[in-house]
Amino acid sequence: MKILVPIKRVADPANANKVKVDDDATKVTSEGLEWVMNPFDEWSLEAALRLTENAAEKARVGEIVVVSITPGEGDTDHIREALGKGAERGIVVPAGTDEQLDASVVAKILAAVVKKEEPDVVLMGKQAADGDSAVAGTKLAELLEWPVVNYATNIATSDEGKTFEVKRELDIGVQTLKVEGPVVFTSSDRILRPDSIKNGVTPDDFEYADLGDLNSRLSNLKNIMAARKKPIDTMTLDDLGVELGVGTEYVKFTLPQGRSGSAEFVETVDELVQKLQTEAKVL
Amino acid sequence: MTDVLVVAELVEGEARKTTLSAVNLAKTIAEGTGGAFDILAIGAGAAGAAEALTKYGARKVLTAEIEGDYICEKYAPTVAEVADDYEVVAACASTYGKDLMGRVAAKLEAGVASDISGVEVDGDDILYTRPMYAGNVFGTLKVTTETQVVTVRQSEFDPAAEAGGASPVESVDVEEDDVAEKVESLGIEVVKSERPDLTEADVVVSGGRSLKSAENFENVLEPLVDALGAAMGASRAAVDAGYVPNELQVGQTGKVVAPKLYVAVGISGAIQHLAGMKGSKTIVAINKDKEAPIAQVADYFLVADLFDAVPEMTDAVKKAKG
Ligand SMILES: Cc1cc2nc3c(=O)[nH]c(=O)nc-3n(C[C@H](O)[C@H](O)[C@H](O)COP(=O)(O)OP(=O)(O)OC[C@H]3O[C@@H](n4cnc5c(N)ncnc54)[C@H](O)[C@@H]3O)c2cc1C
Ligand SMILES: Nc1ncnc2c1ncn2[C@@H]1O[C@H](COP(=O)(O)O)[C@@H](O)[C@H]1O
Repeated sequence: MKILVPIKRVADPANANKVKVDDDATKVTSEGLEWVMNPFDEWSLEAALRLTENAAEKARVGEIVVVSITPGEGDTDHIREALGKGAERGIVVPAGTDEQLDASVVAKILAAVVKKEEPDVVLMGKQAADGDSAVAGTKLAELLEWPVVNYATNIATSDEGKTFEVKRELDIGVQTLKVEGPVVFTSSDRILRPDSIKNGVTPDDFEYADLGDLNSRLSNLKNIMAARKKPIDTMTLDDLGVELGVGTEYVKFTLPQGRSGSAEFVETVDELVQKLQTEAKVL
Repeated sequence: MTDVLVVAELVEGEARKTTLSAVNLAKTIAEGTGGAFDILAIGAGAAGAAEALTKYGARKVLTAEIEGDYICEKYAPTVAEVADDYEVVAACASTYGKDLMGRVAAKLEAGVASDISGVEVDGDDILYTRPMYAGNVFGTLKVTTETQVVTVRQSEFDPAAEAGGASPVESVDVEEDDVAEKVESLGIEVVKSERPDLTEADVVVSGGRSLKSAENFENVLEPLVDALGAAMGASRAAVDAGYVPNELQVGQTGKVVAPKLYVAVGISGAIQHLAGMKGSKTIVAINKDKEAPIAQVADYFLVADLFDAVPEMTDAVKKAKG
């Protein structure tokens, strides 16, 4: 099975409250913050690795290509990191500025990459932690005329990705689906539970560790060395036959007003309940 | 004059309240530009659901009957076909709205203003505001394509009020795509609760990892939830640990709530949790660690062990409410 994993480079979301807006309010500036792999994409990458390995034998049984559309010259640190975790190849598409990369153009670029690479699956984040728009995956699926399963928590295949049984989280409950590949998946927070991924190769009784956010394949020295030898191809917009051109235009950015004051510390439950009644008037 | 199409969200043959948040947006745009808005009820039981939607001042209510569980591949062709006659197509930014509208937008080659928290009609422009960076920046944008696709954040758009009168109902043809044949829904386990819906409740009580088990959620937290007539929420850590189902997650990747009162019990207040609740009017934290980051947004902070404080508070609330 060949999986394409799109990853975005974002300003460290754990410090999103340090993001600033420049003087004329037309740009978000994240100076001083590290660039990191979008956490939602990091989860998808780990899920993709689980789909393409025999975990019991620590053997790869498929191929993962990561692709990132990166502004300007096309920074590749986050792609190297993905290769260090086990992906086979990387593709960087240097293009435009962050403002110019809205979901419309991202989906178009990814669709062009899919046509070249012909993966069985695209496995991506449900949203980018900077823009929080959650649009690119579904748009991509439509451009490809593929099905999409958003917010997947469980992905199982027993025929190398020809068909999948999938669970996904909706606001109203959990939906179970059967889907024929090729397909686009976006992953939910729960995609890395020990039993979330079944690929028909890793023995059914194999248990992945419960990782929470962080995944096991931290780039250790050996992996980093190996990753240096893995290829990262550059594809330009010309190569892909895509023109920049977005469907949205930001006219300004503002920082939210902080909440009124700092917390009032109370010592007892009685004091709290009394304040909620007489001060806040919410009881 | 901007005409707006609202795509209703149906569950078991009834429009969810999320629909009325999108109607609110549609009204604002239609009134601001001298246009009109219509509502499309699509899915199983659309004709029945339409009746209740005729009361909100829409020019007309359209219905498209599609049997079976929702999947976006089945709905998108019809929505896109109908939407072609409108400048703006809107839905709520629920999982349904986000799932469906991306596909619709791609069909219409439309830009998307996703999960917006505000709208302003400024001459010929419609300016949308939306939270980004987990609510740490607000961006104001225009959608520059012929059709504008918009999803609205439910906590920021009050449900539209009834407008008197009754909109006429018309059915539309159902369009189909081959891709829909590749997907089959084996079922949706719709979770039902006696409590108010998380995104609609006036009071929300959320529990974190510190509750330690599903049993404690039930025996310790739920009595307080019910004493307050509240909806129950949770941090992602509590959902991941399996203490409560995913529908209860509040935050960047869960639901966004803005009740009158939000009580965070044993929740540290990670940036991603704050993204889902810092718009609440009054915020109470119960936490044994005074330094927990939830203090940045809390109005009242009770420094206590939740296993003592919560049962005590349950009694005090019952007494206070008589
Ligand atoms: C991309 C991304 C998206 C995320 N999305 C979300 C999201 O949507 N929603 C969300 O909630 N999180 C989200 N998270 C996770 C988030 O970063 C935190 O890990 C999570 O919110 C922590 O949950 P918690 O507060 O329950 O647990 P903890 O951080 O472990 O905090 C437990 C708190 O309970 C207190 N405590 C412990 N015992 C007691 C006691 N007996 N009495 C009183 N207090 C006690 C502790 O002092 C501590 O403050 C996301 C993370 C990432 C990376
Ligand atoms: N510049 C990018 N390069 C690669 N993938 C991207 C890029 N932007 C978005 N994506 C993918 O699209 C997903 C959804 O992004 P968005 O719709 O922008 O919230 C992300 O989780 C990524 O997998």
